[in-house]
Amino acid sequence: MGKQIITLTVNGEKHEVAAEPRELLVHTLRETLKLRGPHVGCETSHCGACTVDINGKSVKSCTMFAVQADGTEVTTIEGIATPDGMHVLQEMFREHHGLQCGYCTPGMITRAYRLLQENPNPTEEEVRFGIAGNLCRCTGYQNIVKAILAAAAELNAAKEAAQ
Amino acid sequence: MKDLEDRQERIDNLKGMGCSRKRVEDARFTQGKGNYVDDVILPGMLHGDFVRSPYAHARIKSINIDAAMALDGVVAVLTAKDLEPLALHWMPTLAGDKQMVLADGKVLFQGQEVAFVVAKDRYVAADAVELVEVEYEELPVLVDPFEALQSDVVLREDIKDEKEGAHGPRRHHNHIFLWEEGDKEATEQVLDEAEVVAEEMVYYHRTHPCPLEPCGSVASMDKINGKLTLWGTFQAPHVVRTVASLLSGIEEHNIRVISPDIGGGFGNKVGVYPGYVCSIVASIVTGQPVKWIEDRMENLMATAFARDYWMKGKISATKEGKITGLHCHVTADHGAFDACADPTKFPAGFFHICTGSYDIPVAYVGVDGVYTNKAPGGVAYRCSFRVTEAAYFIERMIEVLAMELNMDAAELRRINFIKADQFPYQSALGWEYDSGDYHTAWDKALAAVKYDELRAEQAQRVEDFKAGKTRKLLGIGLTHFTEIVGAGPVKNCDILGMGMFDSCEIRIHPTGSAIARLGTISQGQGHATTFAQILASEIGLSADSITIEEGDTDTAPYGLGTYGSRSTPVAGAATAMAGRKIRAKAQMIAAYLLEVHDNDLEWDVDRFVVKGAPERFKTMKDIAYAAYNQAIPGVEPGLEAVSYYDPPNMTYPFGAYICVMEIDVDTGEHEIRQFYALDDCGTRINPMVIEGQVHGGLTEALAIAMGQEIAYDDMGNCKTGTLMDFFIPTAVETPHYTTDHTETPSPHHPIGAKGVGESPNVGGVPAFSNAVHDAFRAFGLRQSHMPHDHWRIWKTANDLGLHG
Repeated sequence: MGKQIITLTVNGEKHEVAAEPRELLVHTLRETLKLRGPHVGCETSHCGACTVDINGKSVKSCTMFAVQADGTEVTTIEGIATPDGMHVLQEMFREHHGLQCGYCTPGMITRAYRLLQENPNPTEEEVRFGIAGNLCRCTGYQNIVKAILAAAAELNAAKEAAQ
Repeated sequence: MKDLEDRQERIDNLKGMGCSRKRVEDARFTQGKGNYVDDVILPGMLHGDFVRSPYAHARIKSINIDAAMALDGVVAVLTAKDLEPLALHWMPTLAGDKQMVLADGKVLFQGQEVAFVVAKDRYVAADAVELVEVEYEELPVLVDPFEALQSDVVLREDIKDEKEGAHGPRRHHNHIFLWEEGDKEATEQVLDEAEVVAEEMVYYHRTHPCPLEPCGSVASMDKINGKLTLWGTFQAPHVVRTVASLLSGIEEHNIRVISPDIGGGFGNKVGVYPGYVCSIVASIVTGQPVKWIEDRMENLMATAFARDYWMKGKISATKEGKITGLHCHVTADHGAFDACADPTKFPAGFFHICTGSYDIPVAYVGVDGVYTNKAPGGVAYRCSFRVTEAAYFIERMIEVLAMELNMDAAELRRINFIKADQFPYQSALGWEYDSGDYHTAWDKALAAVKYDELRAEQAQRVEDFKAGKTRKLLGIGLTHFTEIVGAGPVKNCDILGMGMFDSCEIRIHPTGSAIARLGTISQGQGHATTFAQILASEIGLSADSITIEEGDTDTAPYGLGTYGSRSTPVAGAATAMAGRKIRAKAQMIAAYLLEVHDNDLEWDVDRFVVKGAPERFKTMKDIAYAAYNQAIPGVEPGLEAVSYYDPPNMTYPFGAYICVMEIDVDTGEHEIRQFYALDDCGTRINPMVIEGQVHGGLTEALAIAMGQEIAYDDMGNCKTGTLMDFFIPTAVETPHYTTDHTETPSPHHPIGAKGVGESPNVGGVPAFSNAVHDAFRAFGLRQSHMPHDHWRIWKTANDLGLHG
């Protein structure tokens, strides 16, 4: 099948890649661009392990064709850390034991990263609703929710201190 | 005082047992730098994909691969005919049966592997799967195990005339085994003469472990040096190496099996699947690495299911509620092949723990294994072998008996618990429970939820419901479970002949850091964190200075792997014992350095101290250095140890769970108002990790009890092949859990630890299910089958006449 050349800006870096029209974005990211953070768990957009951020929205990259992402800005888990070190969400997931096997974690953190920009001060219920598109089989979510709320508090405190 | 503070500081610095050490695994996982099997990408790697049967039972008339082979990028298409010359078209199962690797003449379940396509990428492989033409002739389908035992339809033609199976006589061509334990005659006599008998059919439905990462493997046969490397989702990599060697004829030293990071297992990754075998064969045939990764539908339809036990129970008691006997007959639906993952001598696993937490003087269990047209499996989904079935059975029977006696179910449990002074306790079905204090745990749990107030509220709710003031009922789900984990003693526990010991090998480096390798493999349990804590406390080096490695058979010592909550009870014990060997040698080195006799030294946190002269000591760091740079008479250089630990007994964790649930009678919806979980897993290594395990296990229990199932229609079509149909709770459906604990160490384990990962699933399922039943107890509900999804709860209410 013929390939098309598309342009993706991934984690701030511009790439021109060739992809078949039917190629899923998650495969382009994982196999062409060697970003193995997004995982494939269901291929039906239920589990959210493949979640990435596209133009400021959480997207399940297992049910989007790469060609549909042509010209977009993509952020994966690999692009979330800052030059100073881990993102506060990454730190809080560790601090509050918000992960076990780690398979859902990249998608979960990438989703939480967007959620906290959509709603910087969420309630527990809003966090639970906000991550309902991401399944975890290990943690029972309790510590994930705790980690996201803790990250929100830290981010808000940092913002206040900066003002 | 200062000395005490210093000592405490030294203890804290170790980050040893008992502290909530943060996980060392998390840095890579939170940054997307895990290394799972699908992350293994090798030069020239090919991709495999299966042609699967759309029918549950059919004869294969022909397979035509021409169109598939003609597709650009297709390298090979394997069928049973290609595997037959290698004797790999069938393979042995863990349960003494055999199963087809690729369909040999017929198919026996929907989704069965028929042909294996190998192509240059996964898209081409998927295209080629569509081009393989298979002509089937449909055969009558058996999905009901009771019907299968009566039917003339022969499922397993390969063994239809065999009267003797791996576990004794077969009485019908679809019968696998009858396995019995206990005193049948004495139990029947007690039941005949009993004052009160409760009888019920308790069904624990078919479900699936469904880890978020599906199963997969990458095989790479290096023809130059004759070495096969196999990466895969293996909960028991060493056993996989042995099996791969026996099947392929490649000598075991030429096979290297690597379990990389595993994205959850829960029992699903214990079995050996056709995909693993086909990836190996394909790599041998093509000379290139071959990757096989299943998709979610394949995972749910074709890899190992769990449960599917029809448990017919009778329990007898005095009028006062003292239990006198228990009788259970199970009809076990094993699917098309008996591929249960149980220790060889236990075809029904440890189901005979089904007397539970209760002192029952006489009991009998009989389990009939049956073939049907369903996927093979029967793995322990987050439990020790068939223990969750046993716990569900007894905890339902207790509730039914409480109804029969018109008694409070909490009180009925209390008067029948094994008492603390009865341990070690010999059960009527042959187990020796190591330790427990059930009354203390029970009282603590009841007090924590204010049990009496809840019952009063419930009684009022029933009054209000009857008066038309509310349409919601309140259920109080009680469970006191006893687990049996840590398989197990080599004298009676083996898998394919391999004794179920486990192992730890430690090397101390000159600068006082260490690496320890174990025969187990973490799938999220956090072994790299917690095993280092065990070792830190044993050898006095900080956990931060200890690397834990598992899962590479070329470097790790042989072990039986991680499932059945066996890592802490068995490999954890091996770790402690290997640590003690290190310490014994360290003591000799310290004695030489301090110029005293060995016996004049005592161990203190991280050092050997001369008795009576606390200022004279050598730390483990000092000793490690000396082990490599000094010639010590009579002592070999270096500081290493290995332990292969054969546990003297299983361990018996227990717990008390209480679930408070609101049920909407008109919609069948439920809301979990409170869930209290008290676990006693003996010595606690890392409370944070324990709590995480409990949250996760409870959520899997919630899924199973309230909605998750593998369901088939009469044609044998699997109706639950995607996550749209197969329920996995999101953060919204999952309640908040309150965790608690008591601590009753195991007397036979070196550090007293019992294991915890599976307790919450074992105890959680009956707690959720009992809450549903309890809500309807006032209206006479004795038994309704799981999963208690909204429709089934609505139907229960409707059948009870509650919709007016």
